[in-house]
Amino acid sequence: MSVHDQIAEAQAAAVASIDQADDLEILKDLEGSLFGKKSQLGGLKRLMGEVAPEERAGIGQALNEAQRIVREAHAVAKERFLLVTRRAELETERLDLSESVDATARGHLHLVTQTMERLEDVFVGMGFTVSEGPQAETDWYNFEALNLPAAHPARSMFDTLYLDLGDRTEIGDGEGGEATNILLRTHTSPVQIRVMETLPPPIYTVCPGRVFRRDTADASHMPVFHQIEGLVVDHGISLADLAGTLNEFTAAYFGGAIRSRLRPSYFPFTEPSAEFDITCVICEGDGCQTCQRTGWIELGGCGMVHPNVLRNCGIDSEEWTGFAFGFGIDRLALMRYGINDLRDMYTNDVRFLRQF
Amino acid sequence: MKVLLSWLREFAPIEGDPLDLAEHLSDLGMAVEETRILEPLNGVVVARVANLRQHPEADRIQLVDVETQGGEQLQVCCGAFNMAVGDLIPFATIGTVMPDGMEISQRKMRGELSNGMCCSASELGLGSDHDGIMILPNELELGASLMEQLGLAGDVLWDLEINPNRPDAMSIAGVARDLAARLEVPFSIPEWVTPGTDDLENGAATIQIHDGSLCPRFCARVIRNVTVGESPLWMQMRLSLLGMRPINSVVDVSNYVMLELGTPNHTYDLSLVPEGHIGVRRALHGETITTLDSHERELAEGDGLIVDSDDQPIGIAGVMGGASTEISSSTKAVLLELASWQAESIARTSQRLGLRSEASARFERGTDWDINALAVERFCYLLNEVTPDGVEVVGEVIDVEGVLPERISVPVRSSRISMLLGRPFEAQQISALLEPIGFAVEETDDVDIQSVTIPSFRPDTETETDIAEEIARHYGYGNLGTSVPRSPDAGHLTPQQKIRRVVRQVMVGAGLAEAMPNPFIAPDEILKASLQINEPVQLLNPLAVEESVLRPSLLPGLLTAVSYNYSHRNRGVGLFETGAVFGVSPDTAPLPAEHEHLAALLGGRDAFAAISLMEDLASALHLHFELSNTDDLPGVHPTRGARVSVAQLEVGVVGEVDPEVLRRYEIDERCAWLDLRLDLITEAAIAVGDMSYQQVSTYPSSDVDLAFLVGDSVQASAIEKTLSEAAGKELQGLALFDVFRSSQLESGSRSLAFSLRLQAADRTLTDEEVGVVRQRCIDAVESSHSASLR
Repeated sequence: MSVHDQIAEAQAAAVASIDQADDLEILKDLEGSLFGKKSQLGGLKRLMGEVAPEERAGIGQALNEAQRIVREAHAVAKERFLLVTRRAELETERLDLSESVDATARGHLHLVTQTMERLEDVFVGMGFTVSEGPQAETDWYNFEALNLPAAHPARSMFDTLYLDLGDRTEIGDGEGGEATNILLRTHTSPVQIRVMETLPPPIYTVCPGRVFRRDTADASHMPVFHQIEGLVVDHGISLADLAGTLNEFTAAYFGGAIRSRLRPSYFPFTEPSAEFDITCVICEGDGCQTCQRTGWIELGGCGMVHPNVLRNCGIDSEEWTGFAFGFGIDRLALMRYGINDLRDMYTNDVRFLRQF
Repeated sequence: MKVLLSWLREFAPIEGDPLDLAEHLSDLGMAVEETRILEPLNGVVVARVANLRQHPEADRIQLVDVETQGGEQLQVCCGAFNMAVGDLIPFATIGTVMPDGMEISQRKMRGELSNGMCCSASELGLGSDHDGIMILPNELELGASLMEQLGLAGDVLWDLEINPNRPDAMSIAGVARDLAARLEVPFSIPEWVTPGTDDLENGAATIQIHDGSLCPRFCARVIRNVTVGESPLWMQMRLSLLGMRPINSVVDVSNYVMLELGTPNHTYDLSLVPEGHIGVRRALHGETITTLDSHERELAEGDGLIVDSDDQPIGIAGVMGGASTEISSSTKAVLLELASWQAESIARTSQRLGLRSEASARFERGTDWDINALAVERFCYLLNEVTPDGVEVVGEVIDVEGVLPERISVPVRSSRISMLLGRPFEAQQISALLEPIGFAVEETDDVDIQSVTIPSFRPDTETETDIAEEIARHYGYGNLGTSVPRSPDAGHLTPQQKIRRVVRQVMVGAGLAEAMPNPFIAPDEILKASLQINEPVQLLNPLAVEESVLRPSLLPGLLTAVSYNYSHRNRGVGLFETGAVFGVSPDTAPLPAEHEHLAALLGGRDAFAAISLMEDLASALHLHFELSNTDDLPGVHPTRGARVSVAQLEVGVVGEVDPEVLRRYEIDERCAWLDLRLDLITEAAIAVGDMSYQQVSTYPSSDVDLAFLVGDSVQASAIEKTLSEAAGKELQGLALFDVFRSSQLESGSRSLAFSLRLQAADRTLTDEEVGVVRQRCIDAVESSHSASLR
């Protein structure tokens, strides 16, 4: 048998023994007989001295090649056994992921807060700041400064809740002790007055917040609800600016398909005054039950700030003009989610709160 | 205010699709709440009652044989009993669809056939009269369509919402004027004239105004040969459609003139007015009068009064007439009053007496004093028209003036109008918009300025800005175009507003839901929640006693909310709120103290859950909250509560809710409670500002664990503070990781185990260095507290 044949035979025997190994343990035991001096191929190395010098290079090469093949077969077999072991270990960790028992609860912002923040963000994006003020107010900030002196008939538009502050309650000139001078604000307009009193124009601000009316709670009224009002005072502000600003807001908040329009109206604190309507968000203008087939729904009131109001805040009404607008936040939330009864928003039932 | 198209057309040739016209009305500021096109109802015909019989089986139904065109008779079952044989009635034939959508079919009622329906006015959509079947005038054509016969088929009724600044639009003529201007068709009020007889015997009247500010103008006239009867059907129909109930010819004419011209008026039985004399003055304190509705009313000083020749009250000006001069079926001569009144005075009186009427609603807004004499003519014309034998009008219109309002002329700058409305308006364009609605416009020496005289029917309009609204209204708000002004500054939230959002997000991140409880509470809730508030802020005019106090704390509202959820089988609910609480304080006078709080109530959780929430907040706001265990805080668990402070400033409380309070709210689990002054922690967080970054050390760290036996009177946080100070600048982390109480430990103490992580920025700490820090910490704790290393 030639040396080459002996090498081939030794290689074949080694590979066969590897193939026959059943597990990592057996493979490990084989290692002595596969590699090293005592192995069959290692033994053949000794023959190198006995062959003709011109054949040595060829035989050396053949031996190296045979050893490489055996090492590779061993490595492949070892990797295969390791994989099986790892799989077996992983199998012991198997989980049914749908078995989760204690789902972590995410908290929830109240729908009104979410709506308010969304509105604030839209107006901040349009260059407005956000202003706040007290909920308990004086008659001056809530009414008088807004061109609603004590005897003004339009005061009946606002069913007002008054506060009893003991000795500090001053009774006004109204009959029946009604015209007390500290009240719960009926709109966030007093914040506008406070802003105009303290900051010089130009003013671009919105005033969101809680407001109060002496209304019995029903599906569409609450004695406590939320409003956002906007105020701009600058050089040359016009009614067209008001219309444009409301358009921009409407598109930004409701989406491009919803437009706004102005209709003449009356408020003591604005002149000219307007109601602003938006395209019905339910039917997008085609006409439906919600919009009484008009394609429009009334959103809020607005107008050019009455010169008397500017003057009451120490602003020169010839030099500066402005506009203001306001609408209810609660109703917007209602519309967006198809809630039929305003009272549902204030039960604090987690089955309601967790939906948003 | 309801308006009828056919009535508007008596003042202007208004044409167009009813819905387009409705758009115009709305766009002019008279929002259309409903457009009703009166259906021809061709199936409803004029029929005669030929026979009436008792229904054999039912007492409350009678059988009516109705006769229509050609003598045909049909049997109908009818529940009304107000008609007689021979009467003409509206009859709905089989197949007719009524205004309410009901289709008339042949029916059997208790065995008798009914071949149609006899109709009441309300069933035909012609009023709210439920008195029974409509009885029609005899001149109507038998078998003809009723609506055709009444001239109402296809007429249009609009229900308009009229703003308080539009007294002119409280009349048919006023609405017609506005709409005609928009449609660019001519508008005019006919010059009705009713010549009066010169025979003044038994027909003379005198008017005397004692207070000219109360009554700017008083027009009057005597009408004789009056017979009080029914007004004609066309007039009754118009009144009904506009929402007024027909009464009798005199009252109906009175109401008709009010609706048509916006001028409320009143009629006296002349024979009951001594010497035909009427005076106008203000009431004195304590005067009384019995009004038309038979109520005796006490007047307040300053109320407008109508008095007789003896200075005795016979009417409350503009609000309600007196019983003593009321017209009746025997009235033969009336004295007509057509006066203007000071709006504020009428408003005050009608409000105080609770007597609001169509008349007071008009007087309160201010009526047109200039039209009074013409309205007298219109009244006389109509009364003559509706009285079968005519009436006798006496003399001229008696016209007495008090202090007439001045006709104001306002300089109007085209440049200012253009600026306010955002598009250029030329002088000529301005006059073209204003003149059709009654404003007189004249040029002045200055090309920019026109002088605009305000009509008597627009008392609300006084200034250039008011006139700008009129121009915009008639130009069309929608035609002005749009522009968007830009703030010179970037929009932003204030630091306070940003922090509030962070705070809410921390609460949401901790799994809490935001509640919005009612800020009004019942007075007894202060005790129920053990709040110890002596002087809460109360409402003067609450809707109910349960909502008569402004909350002094967020605790009652959140307890109520959590309790509600527990009662609906939702346990373990965690809620939070940010909101204002109120208190009486001299510091904020004249306003009450109003502070924004953050509160969280965690059902089924102990005090440490609240601490953990507080620490989340501290981490988010870069604040360090200090705790001081305090017994018996109001509303708080007596032995599980602590005051919270930031940099020595007290900002709130943390712990659990008092079990006694929980019991009162029917919550059967402990509840963790955190209540912080949001305004104060916000300011504290702003003061901290942005944190500066600390380079993370690349060198290894060493951990030191120390367990101390600590007396129960020493707060763990105190040990922690000492450790933190003693460890020095190499301290990277410090945490309490074990608390151990056992009978094997010295009584009155517990084991507290802390873990300290030490690390230097520039080198690896040697064992020796770590040992030095460790000893320093032990010495510091043992020397400053009743504590020893275990």
